[in-house]
Amino acid sequence: MAAALLLLLLLAAAGPGPGRADAGRERRDALREELLLSPLPTGDVAATFQFRTRWDADLQRGAVSHYRLFPKALGRLVAALGVRELHLALTQGFWRTRYWGQPPLQAPAGAELWVWFQPTVTDVDKAWKELSNILSGIFCASLNFIDSTNTVIPTASFKPLGLANGTDHHLLRYAVLPREVVCTENLTPWKKLLPCGSKAGLAVLLKAERLFHSSYHSQAVHIRPICRDASCLALSWELRQTLTVVFDFFSSGQGKKDWSLFKMFSRTLTDTCPLASQSKVYVDISPKNKEKELLEVSPPPTSVHEAIVQGDRRTYAVYDLLSPSLFNTSRSLNVQLKWKRPQDSSEMPIPTLHAQRYVGGYGLQTGEICTLIYNTHPYRAFPVILLETVPWYLRLYVHTLTIITKGKENKPSYIHYQPAQDRSRPHLLEMLIQLPANSVTKITIQFERALLKWTEYPPDPNHGFYVGSSVLSALVPSVTAMKDMDVEQSPLFTSLFPSSDGSSYFVRLYTEPLLVNLPTPDFSMPYNVICLTCTVVAVCYGSFYNLLTRTFHVEEPSRGGVAKRLANVIRKFRGVPPL
Amino acid sequence: MVSGGTPNHGGDPNTPLCILSYLAGLTWFLLLPALAPRTYLSENAMGSTMVGESSELGARALARGVRGHKRSGGMPVGWLEQTMFQLGLEVHVQPFSRTLPFPDEAHERYVLGELGNWGSQFPQARCTGPYWSVLVRTGPYWSVLVSPQLPVSPGQVYWAKDLIFLVTEHDLLGTQAWLEAYHDVNLTDMRSGGVPGRAGAIQAALALELSSDVVTSVDVAVEGLNGQLPNLDLLNLFHSFCLKSGLLCTFQGKLPPPEGPSGPGYAQSLRTLGLMVLGQAGGGGAHGLFLRFRIEALTLRGINSFRQHKFDLGVLGRTLEGMFRKLNNLLERLHQSYFLYLLPSLARFVSIGSYAPALALLLLVLARGGLLWLVPPVLVSWGAGTALYLLPVRGQAVAAQHFPVGEAEAVVLALIGIYVAGMALPHSTHRALSGGGQRGWMSLKLVALLALALLLSCLALLNFSLGFLLGVTLVPPAAAVRPGGNRLPLAVLLVLTTPGLSLFLAVLLERELLEAPAGLGEAWQRFLGALGQGLLQEHLHGLSPLLCLGAYPCWLLLWNVLFWK
Repeated sequence: MAAALLLLLLLAAAGPGPGRADAGRERRDALREELLLSPLPTGDVAATFQFRTRWDADLQRGAVSHYRLFPKALGRLVAALGVRELHLALTQGFWRTRYWGQPPLQAPAGAELWVWFQPTVTDVDKAWKELSNILSGIFCASLNFIDSTNTVIPTASFKPLGLANGTDHHLLRYAVLPREVVCTENLTPWKKLLPCGSKAGLAVLLKAERLFHSSYHSQAVHIRPICRDASCLALSWELRQTLTVVFDFFSSGQGKKDWSLFKMFSRTLTDTCPLASQSKVYVDISPKNKEKELLEVSPPPTSVHEAIVQGDRRTYAVYDLLSPSLFNTSRSLNVQLKWKRPQDSSEMPIPTLHAQRYVGGYGLQTGEICTLIYNTHPYRAFPVILLETVPWYLRLYVHTLTIITKGKENKPSYIHYQPAQDRSRPHLLEMLIQLPANSVTKITIQFERALLKWTEYPPDPNHGFYVGSSVLSALVPSVTAMKDMDVEQSPLFTSLFPSSDGSSYFVRLYTEPLLVNLPTPDFSMPYNVICLTCTVVAVCYGSFYNLLTRTFHVEEPSRGGVAKRLANVIRKFRGVPPL
Repeated sequence: MVSGGTPNHGGDPNTPLCILSYLAGLTWFLLLPALAPRTYLSENAMGSTMVGESSELGARALARGVRGHKRSGGMPVGWLEQTMFQLGLEVHVQPFSRTLPFPDEAHERYVLGELGNWGSQFPQARCTGPYWSVLVRTGPYWSVLVSPQLPVSPGQVYWAKDLIFLVTEHDLLGTQAWLEAYHDVNLTDMRSGGVPGRAGAIQAALALELSSDVVTSVDVAVEGLNGQLPNLDLLNLFHSFCLKSGLLCTFQGKLPPPEGPSGPGYAQSLRTLGLMVLGQAGGGGAHGLFLRFRIEALTLRGINSFRQHKFDLGVLGRTLEGMFRKLNNLLERLHQSYFLYLLPSLARFVSIGSYAPALALLLLVLARGGLLWLVPPVLVSWGAGTALYLLPVRGQAVAAQHFPVGEAEAVVLALIGIYVAGMALPHSTHRALSGGGQRGWMSLKLVALLALALLLSCLALLNFSLGFLLGVTLVPPAAAVRPGGNRLPLAVLLVLTTPGLSLFLAVLLERELLEAPAGLGEAWQRFLGALGQGLLQEHLHGLSPLLCLGAYPCWLLLWNVLFWK
């Protein structure tokens, strides 16, 4: 693979057109793209696209004016607003960890934005406001609704994923808009950031009609600084665009669980993006029960890659689109997956860490947010950081916070709580909780539903009020020991979160967003009262007032008919007093 | 009826009125079906034409497979689980137990709660949308109603809801167990494992009772436990989809009455209404538990009679699908929603405003015995006040004809005449005022004092001087007045403080303060002049008839109290 990359670079350098200086600059940015197809235990299939643009230049210095692969809109944004790290995810749907397993990269339903700013930024809130407004324009999303009522400053949950000197959390801002609906208008600008657009390479599969006809759709943009090489003396910038989509076999597969690229995307792969230095399709063919293989893929893969991903040994069939042999036999590549035998419900693997969240209680006065966190590891306990952001109109009672594991109270070793302020700040609750092996931890906190001002209620056909997902971050001990891998060589989907050591891996999970009903006054009542009052005032008070204030005048006697007037005129002429 | 009433009258004068009132209440109730307006078109029901159900695919009723299990081995949990899983649903089985008060009745059964993952097609809803649950409860054998497009159709991304199919054993117990576990509360001492699968807040529920896989009609029941009713919008929604899909829907087992006013139509409406009243009074169907959790719910019963025309469950499925899709926000706050109603047929309703008078007329019978006797004295007093206000001016011509006085004097004299005649009222009207028994004067005095206090406080806000003067004169007798004992000093006090005499005293006082004391004769002339002037001013400028309509009736009430018999 390294040889192929080198070859490509040499070819590019020796190619016609740009001179030597340009060649030197060209070598400084590179695009890698890959698609991971993973059949899920339920019979659905998840497709994860990753496009990585890496640029060996320092955006912050401001000296950069010539953009090649790196999108200029984002590059200038990073330079102008002092952004050190930016993570934006737009998601439709919910990743069902319990049934689908651990995702490579999960995102909460709606829009999620978290940004680390440079220490040189003086007014972080202003920069954050400006940034969300600009991003709102770039991605056609309602990110401009991010304000102080949904922005929090987490202290422990979100650490920089790239290079960072110190982690002063005042430079971090985090916001979720759970109500944001993601659709084609958000996908198109996202595709335009790709060097080849959707014209060539893997991006031809990104057809909006199919992508949004799915159970889960999540698109994300991650910008972070990384080490230029192993010695880490210089800085490179990395832009990762990821898109995850889960196809439901009941809705898309016509009841059959056999998949192919064409069935999923109604396209096949025909050529590669000429700007890409790597373009690969991975298919997860790991056997579920050690010996028996479940899946059969065709055409035969170029190679087979084995890796340990999220604590599991996995086997991937790899199709390298840049290898000339692939498109020799047929003009297009249509990867097909066939199940060798039917699945049944019993053999679904249960992920080590998964969670469930719901609102308990009934009625419109009080309620309870319950979070169940499962640790299914047979013998290892591990800590998890829970971040809960609750809008101000649910008034949390902190004294009712209980954490129960195996019938006993579980004291969190770190707790950070910031109470809400009405109409200006949400509740923020961060806790570090130890999860014993093979246990369920139940976290409950009671709340009271606030009465809003009458203009704050949504119009009648609403769903209710959304409460964003809570975030679980954990280092999950892995069952299989992991090897240290060269980050540059390993597949992209393994390398966003840095793994600290070989014995555990980082997982970030998002729970279900919640929907609560707030007590809504019967607004027809004020309407009736207004009508009645107006009537009473108009009829009773009006006539009464009229009666009180009317003044009476003695009526002037009428001036008589035409004959009399005529007589008076004549009498006037005669100098006689009128009649 | 009247406690301590007047026994010497040989019968309560209220009795005919009571009987009349009672009969009027009954008649009102019987007229309700004829007066009921057509049901309104709620915003949910309005959309029934906008939903195209995927009818060509048809529903699948999976009833047949279970016939073998019929009743013998309880609920076929395994079969249900397998079938539902194959349809692409998330399936969970939840055991529960409840110790009943009778010995040896600890039940250990199953709830099969299950989550349709339709929402996952429109994934936003998978966990954040509003949710519907469908309770499937069947008679002779278990069946699963699967709505049309679930298994086969290529993707309905417009579904913004999760559907929950719940099959329970010991139906009400199981439903209660599931509801409690779902809401994470423990109201009864039900023991159950937690609910493994969840959706969001449940917005509406339908309890289906099907006993066969073809139906001739669907009967809908609305009455819940303790007579609780669901929002009428939900029923309207069902009715509009019934009309749309051509399904024969009945209410209380009765076909809809013929349109237009007709004898048989009225009779049928009345029968239906009667059935509903009996049903609501007796308490209700399988969906009643949902209502207690603030979930709007209906029970639908599939009826399989000997009628020729049968519907398969596909039609029912399409109806349900349409309902679920159009069900938005049942509590339309800017629109009318009815929770208190009676139904003479599915298409008509009687709201609380219409049926409440029937009961009010019945209650009137009770009220007449208690408080209603207070009405005549109050009416008489205010009537006297009104007479005082209207008669002198209206009657001046008549007075001038019959008495040898000028018109101006006639007015003033008529005024004084009526005023003084009013003081004789307790004697001439004591028969009407004698209700309430020995201690009735207390109630009467209470009313008088309240009216006086209200009058004086309002008056003081507008015109402190007048209010204060009236207060100074009227408050002592008002506080002191009581019947019995030596009435004379009290009567003198009352007469002295009557508003008319107060005016006379005010004239004297004014002359005194002007340091030009007037004799009685001159004061009398001035008093008459003031009265005439007042009348004239009132006639010309429309001054408020405060003394006539406010102070004088209050005073008369106190006068009545004094001469209470």
